[in-house]
Amino acid sequence: MPSLIIDGRKIEVESGVTVLEAARAGGLHIPTLCDHESLSPYGACRFCTVEVIRRGRTRLYTSCTLPAADGMEVRTNSEPVQKIRRILAELMLARCPHSEPVVKLAAELGVTKSRFRSPRAKESCLVGEHGECILCGMCVRLCEDVMKVGALAFEGRGGYRTVTTPFREPSEVCRLCGACESICPTGSIKQAKITDRRPRPIPFEFEQGLASRKPIYLQFPQAVPRVPVIDRDSCMNFRTGGCKTCEDNCTAGAIDHSAEDEIREIKVGAVVVATGFDVFDARVIARYGYGRLPGVITALEFERICHASGPTSGKIVTADGRVPRAVAIVHCVGSRDVNHQEYCSRVCCMYSLKFAHLVKEKTGAQVTNFYIDMRAFGKGYEEFYKRLLAEDVTFVRGKVGEITNVALGPEEEGKLIVVAEDTLLGMVRRVPVDMVVLSTGLKPGADAEKLNQVLSITRSKDGFFAEKHPKLAPVDTPSDGIFLAGACQGPKDIPDSVAQGAAAAAGALSLMDRGSIVLEPIRARINEDVCGGCQICVANCPYSAVEYDREKGVSMVHEELCKGCGTCVAGCPSGAAQQENFEDRQIIAEVEGVLF
Amino acid sequence: MTEQNFEPVIVGFLCQWCSYTGADLAGTSRLEYPPTLRTVRVMCSGRVDPTFVVTALADGADGVLIAGCHPGDCHYSEGNYRAMRRYPLLMKLLDQFGIEKERVRLEWISASEGDKFARVVREMTEQLKALGPLNWQKRSAALSGAA
Repeated sequence: MPSLIIDGRKIEVESGVTVLEAARAGGLHIPTLCDHESLSPYGACRFCTVEVIRRGRTRLYTSCTLPAADGMEVRTNSEPVQKIRRILAELMLARCPHSEPVVKLAAELGVTKSRFRSPRAKESCLVGEHGECILCGMCVRLCEDVMKVGALAFEGRGGYRTVTTPFREPSEVCRLCGACESICPTGSIKQAKITDRRPRPIPFEFEQGLASRKPIYLQFPQAVPRVPVIDRDSCMNFRTGGCKTCEDNCTAGAIDHSAEDEIREIKVGAVVVATGFDVFDARVIARYGYGRLPGVITALEFERICHASGPTSGKIVTADGRVPRAVAIVHCVGSRDVNHQEYCSRVCCMYSLKFAHLVKEKTGAQVTNFYIDMRAFGKGYEEFYKRLLAEDVTFVRGKVGEITNVALGPEEEGKLIVVAEDTLLGMVRRVPVDMVVLSTGLKPGADAEKLNQVLSITRSKDGFFAEKHPKLAPVDTPSDGIFLAGACQGPKDIPDSVAQGAAAAAGALSLMDRGSIVLEPIRARINEDVCGGCQICVANCPYSAVEYDREKGVSMVHEELCKGCGTCVAGCPSGAAQQENFEDRQIIAEVEGVLF
Repeated sequence: MTEQNFEPVIVGFLCQWCSYTGADLAGTSRLEYPPTLRTVRVMCSGRVDPTFVVTALADGADGVLIAGCHPGDCHYSEGNYRAMRRYPLLMKLLDQFGIEKERVRLEWISASEGDKFARVVREMTEQLKALGPLNWQKRSAALSGAA
């Protein structure tokens, strides 16, 4: 382990470190402009110059490129070093008179004005705003070595040296990561001068696209486990193999770009399905103008706008930042609609009432609810509805026909007009508002069908998973050991989801605790002597209870999985498969009996 | 037996969960339908081996009704889909035997559709009355004679 003396202090360091790193480890400050932890040492700015004494002779070195050697004696702030740094500062000041970091560093060294003329009118950074470049090459090295892109290069030599793109053309390879801008010590370089393309913000899914996020991000504040994830589609490392800045910065060493998805097989005794729901896509109903009219937002977007940690810090504002003076809330968007979802989504009435209350409370705006029927069905819900009626919220009974920005009168100018038939008044109303919230319904998850096939459970007509019995077994499925919880079984609010979740957990626990299972007396069996091994029964079984035994060359029934439907028996061409209590000869005897 | 007062005999393979319960409902609802159906309960319409249908016709039935849960509602997830796939093959076979397709019917009758059950039996009885008796023995003799 090398041991060296810096400014009279003995410092021991690991082998392989530079003198600059050794000095920093010893708590000494050496000014630099071109040093960065992500980049290899380059020695461009030369501010880190130090005096090294070896065998009684002194020499000046850039400490960032000088490896620390055993027995080395270093002075970081001696008179010759200070003199060199001051001259460097004057030269840089002449070159970049307006660059804040350069002016600040020069001032630290006691230099406020330069004796040198600005060398040339020529710009030393063709991709910069004002050409104030010290040619440290950090941007070039970062782009080439770290980001593995190489959109930037040095051009020319000596006084003509400049940073630019190849052939001085707008770069086609630039990936708009912005790393050059953030690393430039003089703040000179501008990404907009490197390429014609402009960066597109990555929409933050949790904020419904109302805010942007980075390629590495926390999915949402309550995420479990509460760790960041990397979006492979936008992360530089997955595109170029470079960057890994997050990996360099993580002191815990928790980031691993080489991590792959893995499939783990876990044996379990019970399964609780709690896969939730998807939200109805409001774009489908084009006449409501979602995605076309800026003031029309969905319930989830409103939820984020309302939230204190949301994109507007909880201020209810329209897309152009105004506080709305009139807000319309449209119920049953996609729900109770023969064209979309015939069922009631259950939660929309109450969250719409909550929205109305929040708008009233936060902005005092006029709120109009357009509803088909008010379904305040839960405990305390009717009371909340009554409270809103007293809060001067307007309720119009009628389904909204259209939302438009085409004004028919001066009072509608610049507004969104909600057109609906008021079925209580028996007339069509046009209500001009600044913001429309669409109370979008709940629909089955997009992957419900796939999951359905994996688990062999059924779905009801609306696409949600079907329970075993609507009244007597609302948590079980026809497949024993698989339980349903929450909105995957049907639209449900939070208290109902919590109740069903607890019931599903209890069901799973009781199954495991019992330690034994009860089998149906009616089930299939296969006569091994007769079975020809055609495997038609394997394909027929809805429960994957029939398995082909390769060694014996016959199919066999897993008794604990068989539900006794007999489909395999009907499909069996050899008669090897039989159903207990419903054997072929029993049924044929019955047929003969009824025809006697 | 004259053509006028011919009473057809129908063998019904009813699935235990939907159609058999539907037939029960038709009874408890006091719905009237002809006494032509003779019921054989099976666990699932997917259990109905085409052999059963042919056996029933050969043994003297004039028609066969296979009834199960509606698609997507099968108690055993997809047993009725198997029935749905076997039915056209059976119909092809019966067509080659020269048996009219109206004689064998596949219907989806849920536990709550007692009225549909009664309607299906009524319709089928009317159709079979119009077609007349099957006379399997005579037909098969004619077939073997032709061969």
